[in-house]
Amino acid sequence: MSASPGPLLAFRNVFKIYGEGDTEVRALNGVNFEIHPGEFVAVMGASGSGKSTTLNILGCLDVPSSGTYDFMGVGVETLDRKQRALLRQNYIGFVFQGFNLLKRTTALENVELPLVYRGTPARERRRLAEEALGLVGLGDRMDHTSSELSGGQQQRVAIARALVTSPAVMLADEPTGNLDSQRTHEIMRLFRDLNEKRGITIILVTHEDDVAAFAKRHIRFKDGNIAYDGPPVPARAGAAA
Amino acid sequence: MIFSALRLALRELWANKLRTFLTCLGMIIGVGSVIALLTIGAGVTSSINREFASIGQNLVWIWPGGEQQRGPSREAKRFTWRDLDLVRRTVPGVVRIAPSVGGGHVVKFGNLDADTTIIGTTPDYFDIRLWTFASGRPFSDAESSAGRMVCTIGQTLRAKLFGGADPVGQRVRVDGVACEIVGLLAPKGAGTFGQDEDDRIILPLRAYQRRFTGDDYINTLQLMAAEKADVPRMMEGARAVLRQARNIPPDKPDDFTMEDVSSFGEEANTVLGLMTLFVGAVAFISLIVGGIGIMNIMLVSVTERTREIGIRLAIGAQERDVMTQFLIEAMALAVVGGIAGILLGLGIAYLVTGLLGWAFLPSAPLILGATIFSGLIGVGFGFFPARRAARLNPIDALRFE
Repeated sequence: MSASPGPLLAFRNVFKIYGEGDTEVRALNGVNFEIHPGEFVAVMGASGSGKSTTLNILGCLDVPSSGTYDFMGVGVETLDRKQRALLRQNYIGFVFQGFNLLKRTTALENVELPLVYRGTPARERRRLAEEALGLVGLGDRMDHTSSELSGGQQQRVAIARALVTSPAVMLADEPTGNLDSQRTHEIMRLFRDLNEKRGITIILVTHEDDVAAFAKRHIRFKDGNIAYDGPPVPARAGAAA
Repeated sequence: MIFSALRLALRELWANKLRTFLTCLGMIIGVGSVIALLTIGAGVTSSINREFASIGQNLVWIWPGGEQQRGPSREAKRFTWRDLDLVRRTVPGVVRIAPSVGGGHVVKFGNLDADTTIIGTTPDYFDIRLWTFASGRPFSDAESSAGRMVCTIGQTLRAKLFGGADPVGQRVRVDGVACEIVGLLAPKGAGTFGQDEDDRIILPLRAYQRRFTGDDYINTLQLMAAEKADVPRMMEGARAVLRQARNIPPDKPDDFTMEDVSSFGEEANTVLGLMTLFVGAVAFISLIVGGIGIMNIMLVSVTERTREIGIRLAIGAQERDVMTQFLIEAMALAVVGGIAGILLGLGIAYLVTGLLGWAFLPSAPLILGATIFSGLIGVGFGFFPARRAARLNPIDALRFE
């Protein structure tokens, strides 16, 4: 990591506190980490450990209560709602657990959507969306609506949708949570290929060890603090092979 | 962006057809009633105006009897030829003047007979009432003064007695009296008030008086001015002359009635305008109700699609984009309802005007206006739900089940 240029993203002493007084909940308690371009990070931890809060802040959906979140050198906490929306539009790709494709909408249209919001011309939009769908192996399913696709295929469409804007970072929230183990492995291999062959930075939240095993770095949360930050534990790294 | 939002909105509306229909119902009824009413109103107005135009223009009718008794009155002192001459000679602005006396009679030709209305008058009558001739000619001043039994007949009567043949030169018998047909009137068609103006036989008043009434009374005087602006002056002049001729003291009201025929049309138009205004107000209320229906269903839609909104916000939609999407959806809903209402309204107007024999006059500006107004209702009532959607917190929205 020392070989990488400046960090892509950095949490510096980030606190996230919900409520006040007796009902105060410290979701994040002074968290520090940096993520560099090209990394594949698994954020792990039990529910309530702070990993979802971290992902929300990473995705510019939320801001720290105190501390700094640097996104490519910009303090996100200083940005307003609109500026954060622009940041999401231009630099972040989301993949959700529930796939979250639009109903009654074809794979191609779903993938084009982020480009629609960017104002990309229709012809260019179509070309990029077809390319992204090809990349996730759905070149032959572009005109299927989400209800005509299997769960694994829907998640591939969602990944293509996250990829299509060539984001600086892809954030995946339990992307395999709704899939059986065979599909899970297919999707995780896709993430690994995108990271290794295309150099896409991926941060993925999971509580499953065999999913996390595909990542190159693990950040494990416990009670709002980072309990572990480093390469996958060797004994478990074998599961990825 | 706008185009794809519109496509999406229509898809959404199509997917919820029943809901779309029920939501649109208010708009359909509101717009439909406005369109039906105004289209029917335009037809009635046009028919009435055409009717009055066919009666004649710049026309004043005078008949015996005060304002209380509308129409010729038996008790009132009737007009005579002397009154007619007096008015013709002394009242300024009178360009044509015709007497008329009418009644129902049986007219026979060969072994056919028909009940019809006879009008006894002078040749000025044809000019005043804008009669033209399909064949033949009006009776002349000489025939009129001499009281010759010559007549002109209307198309309905001609059809009853002669079929398609030209009646000019034939003799009919009116209550047994022979009468030569000199002219066939061009058709006027049924009037707004139902009487058939073509079921007529018109002959010289002197002949009618001599053969049928046996007196020299005149039921109605019809005066025509050259211009509409001359009508009031002509009326005042005729009133003064007639009051003097009939020895009415200054403190007594007229014992005759004058009617400016063009004012009939104005009265009818005023009544129609008031009715239109009233029903328009009711329709406006139903449009507001329709708009509230749209707002309601849009709020439901925003709640139902909270998660979708969260996804959109996460993958790069700005507040503005979400707002636009829901506004377009509300507008599409309203415009779909509006267009359905326009079609319904035009359909109703078509049926009603067709049944009652009025003109069917759909108005392009009205249709365009109704469409735009529907869109504005959609935007107006969609604004609050759309803003609510746009202001959702993406985290909460994404978590929404």
